[in-house]
This record gives sequence, C-alpha cells and structure tokens, in this order.
Amino acid sequence: MAKKPKNKRRDFLQLSTVTLGAVGTAAFIWPFLKSMSPAEDTLAAGSTEVDISAIEEGQSITIKWRGKPVFIKKRTKDEINAAKMVQASDLRDPQDDADRVQKEEWLVLVGVCTHLGCVPLGQKVSDMKGEYDGWYCPCHGSHYDTSGRIRKGPAPKNLDVPPYTFLNDNTIKIG
Amino acid sequence: MDKNRKVHQFKNPVLNWIEFRLPIISYFKKEYGDYPMPKNCNYFWSFGALATITLVTMIVSGIFLAMNYTPHTDMAFDSVERIMRDVNYGWLMRYIHSNGAAFFFIIVYIHIVRAMYFGSYKYPRELNWILGVFIFLLMMATSFLGYTLPWGQMSYWGATVITNLFSAIPFIGEGLKTWLLGDYNVGNATLNRFFALHYVLPFVIFGVVGLHVAAVHVHGSNNPDGIDIKTNNDSVNFFPYMLIKDTVAMCAFGVAISAVIFFGPNLMAEVDNYIPADPLVTPAHIVPNWYLAPFYAILRAVPDKLGGVLLMFGAIVILFVLPWLDRSKVRSCNYRPIYKWFMMGFFVNFFVLGYVGMLPAEGLYLLIARVGLLYYFGFFFFITPFVGWIEKPSKLPLSISDVYAKNIAPNIGGGEKGIPSPAMQKDTNL
Repeated sequence: MAKKPKNKRRDFLQLSTVTLGAVGTAAFIWPFLKSMSPAEDTLAAGSTEVDISAIEEGQSITIKWRGKPVFIKKRTKDEINAAKMVQASDLRDPQDDADRVQKEEWLVLVGVCTHLGCVPLGQKVSDMKGEYDGWYCPCHGSHYDTSGRIRKGPAPKNLDVPPYTFLNDNTIKIG
Repeated sequence: MDKNRKVHQFKNPVLNWIEFRLPIISYFKKEYGDYPMPKNCNYFWSFGALATITLVTMIVSGIFLAMNYTPHTDMAFDSVERIMRDVNYGWLMRYIHSNGAAFFFIIVYIHIVRAMYFGSYKYPRELNWILGVFIFLLMMATSFLGYTLPWGQMSYWGATVITNLFSAIPFIGEGLKTWLLGDYNVGNATLNRFFALHYVLPFVIFGVVGLHVAAVHVHGSNNPDGIDIKTNNDSVNFFPYMLIKDTVAMCAFGVAISAVIFFGPNLMAEVDNYIPADPLVTPAHIVPNWYLAPFYAILRAVPDKLGGVLLMFGAIVILFVLPWLDRSKVRSCNYRPIYKWFMMGFFVNFFVLGYVGMLPAEGLYLLIARVGLLYYFGFFFFITPFVGWIEKPSKLPLSISDVYAKNIAPNIGGGEKGIPSPAMQKDTNL
C-alpha cells in the first residue's frame, strides 16, 4: 500500500509531534518523581563511632546508625562454635560465619528483620532468642542463629552486616 | 449551540435563570428526584448513601484536624495530644475522625456484602463494581496513611511493615521502598509525604464515588430479587420514598456511631499507639486496624515473603474480575439454592480471617488462617465458576410487582400486609 507523498509528510509531522510531546512530558515528570527519593542531607547521614570496651562476653548492645538499630555482640565460645558448625549449603541464605565477622568474637548486625522490618528480640537476657539461640522476630516468627543468619520463619535473608572498621581494640566505626 | 434545546420550566424564576445557563436543576431532579428505585429494595440499599455521608464527615473532620496537626517526627505525637487536651472540641474532631474511619469500613463492607449476595456486580453493572473495588483500594491506602500520622508505636511499626511489603518485589523492591519512604527507613520525609497524600486521596475517592453513583444511575439500582424494573408499577421515585428511607437509616447510624464516639471512643484503638514512636523497639504484637486484618491474616498465612505479599494483593485484585468468574445469569442469591450457602460461608470465612489476623500467627491460629486462605481463593477460582455451571436456580418472579402478588396469595383477606399501598405506586406522570 503505497501512500501519497502528502500523507507521508503528515504522518511524519504527527509522529514527531507526539514523540516530542511524550519526551517533554517525561522530562517534566522526572523531577517530581526524583524529588521523592532520599534527599542529599539524608544520604549524607554519617558514620557512628562506638566504644565497645565495656561489653562483656555474651553481652550485646544496641546503637542507632542512620535511624536504624545496630546490634553489637561479643559472642561466647559456645556461640562462635555453634555458628561455625553449620554447613552453609544447608541454609536458606548460604553464608559462612567467617564471611559475616571481622573478629570472630565480635558480631555486628543491622537489627532489622529482613521480612518486614521489625526489630528482632534477643538483645536482653530476658528476651526470647528463638530456636537457634540468636534472635527471634516477634512480628511474624523468624528465627536467627548466633551469626544472625535466617534459620526458620518467613524472612528471606540473613540479618545485614553493616560496613564497619575497628579503629582500635576498643572502638568500632560503623558506616 | 442548539437553539432548539428544550429548557425545563420551573415555577421559581431563579431556578429557570440557572437552568437556562447550566441545566443542573433538571439534572438533580432527574437523578435524585424522579430517579426510579425498585420498590422492593430493603435497608441494605441505604448503605451507599450512608457511605457517602460518612465520606463527607471524614473530609470535614479531617480538614479541621489538619488545622492543628504538625507533620514532623518531633512534633506529630505532641500535636495530636494537644488536639485532645487543649484545642476546643479537638477531642471530638479526633474521635469522630478515628471512629468514623472504622464505621466507614463497616458500612462499605456491608455495602460489598449486599452487592455480592444480591449479584449487583453482574451485567450490566460490572463497571460499577470495578469502580467500587477501586474505591475500596483507595480507602485502604488512605486509612493506612492516616494511621501513620499520630506517630505512636503502632503508627511507626505499621508503616514500617507495610512499606517493607514492597521490598519483596524482586530486583526493584528495595529501591522502590526507599523511593516511597524518601529515606532508608520510616522517617520525617515519610511522615510529611504520608500527610500530604492522606489529605488529597479522600478528594480522589470523592471523585470516583461520583463516577460510581453516575454509573449506577445509568441502569438503575439492583434489588433483592435481582430482576429488572419492567413497568412503572415496579418502582418508586427516589424523592420522597428513598430519601426518607435513607434518612431513617442515617438516624440509626447516627445513634450507633455517637454511642461509640461518646461512650467508647477507644474501643477500636490500639493502646500501643499512645506510646510515642520508637525506632529501636518493636511492640510485641503489631496489629493492623481490624478492618484490614483479613488481608493481614492472608499475608502471614504464607511462609514465604514474596508469596505472602502476592496473595495479599491478589485477594483484593481478584475482586475486580468477580463479574466474569460468576457464569450464572441469576443475580440474587435468594434464587440460587446452592451458591447462597457458599456465599454466606465466604462472609463467615472473611470474618474469621479478620479475627485470626488480630491474633499472633502461630499454632491453631496459623492453621485457621491457612484454611481460611484456601477457602477465600477457592471460592473465587472454583466454587463461583463451578456452582454457576451445575446449579439449577429457583424460579424467578415475573416482575417486581409479582413478588408482592405472591406474598399476599396465601393470606387473602388476611389484612393489608404485603399489598403495595396506592402511595407506594409510582406516579405515572413521570
């Protein structure tokens, strides 16, 4: 079906007008969508230094980093062994304990359940720690082990390990 | 313009002046005056009007609350407490608004039950049903956003759990969640945008309600027998009959909601929401508003994060296609001897899901939630199409008037019960 040259010209004009309009509209909408993303000052939220000298073996503290709770735990020998004994391939989110810690007695975790974002229990001595003696999320029943790995319940992933460095033996810098 | 346009003539010259320039008077006369309603409609048909009145009440009380509310994480909780203690009648505005939301859902659930049981979603009212489900979705979004604003523990953790649902989406989930929150967790940016959206969405709802009402007026209202109006004898004018009936319903509703507002304003509130939000401590049980609990039960019944989220949203989305899942031409369940019981079972099941949705997801409760989940989806995917195919419906009345003729047949001479009085007969000079 050969079109007349006149029609071709009209088609071209129509197509280019619509295309230009669509691109223009998209360019107009983009700043509005982008304004909903985290602002620069939010992104710039800095790092936190924590003094860990007062933490006894088996004890755990919660600090706030970028608005989220971070767990810092000094693990006992038993807890370290329990975490190491597990075969990574048996896990839902396979990871060796060695890949989750820098010094094996110090476990640093973002204390946010990977299911729907509650803060798991297990920081206090009196808390429920779940079937794997780590953390237990009361919202929907996820159990984490002594390495913060998901073992049972609806959560899909292990508790996140935030970026951190040991400034010296008594201080951790998180972020 | 059309010079031959017929202009309605009214006795009042002011009305005539307006009508000539904007034919809005005749529109209202047609849609809310002479509009024919099936004369067998019972009080179930008053819930649309009740819902509209509640929506307006929510918008008005909300605007006045907004005049004293501060959407900032440091001040939101205190500003709500100030509304309760210091602002003149602030407590009344807030209790009207918080309990009004709960009653809005009660009314809309009854409205949906009515539409399902009497088959109002079927031809030719499918689009009307779709608009209705859309309103329901908007209502759920709006109520969730509003629940965040007092910035109590339930506000904060409810917002955290619900926005985390989006992180279940593969690949883009985390990014989408961060974009929705404006931060890596629920914070001030989140509270600000939630307030802005909570303010604007009710007006969107109001617009869709306008379409919803306009759509039902095209083919007229359904009725308990699910048959069409055939003659003038089958209907009554909206004014005054249905207006008076809706007014009676509104009085009863007013008594019920006043009883709660004045004597039990916190019956449906969660105690934990009177504790200011704390990002480091999760309450032992995060409980959704009861009117969203059935969907929360479905979410928790699935041991997989993405699966739970998909089924929860699926439970709402499935409603959109109900008109095409149901193959039966008979609208009213009164004439469907088998489906009727499955339908009632569906309502009971929904109620049970809501009940277990408020309880911890473990042991027997989890089992009940899973059985409820199976029935919920089984009802739509298997029972509804299958029963429509095998069921033999009872004989439908020939017309709406015929229903009354049958009712009086057994007790002829036994009084006037059931006989449509002359006043109920519609004027023929429509």
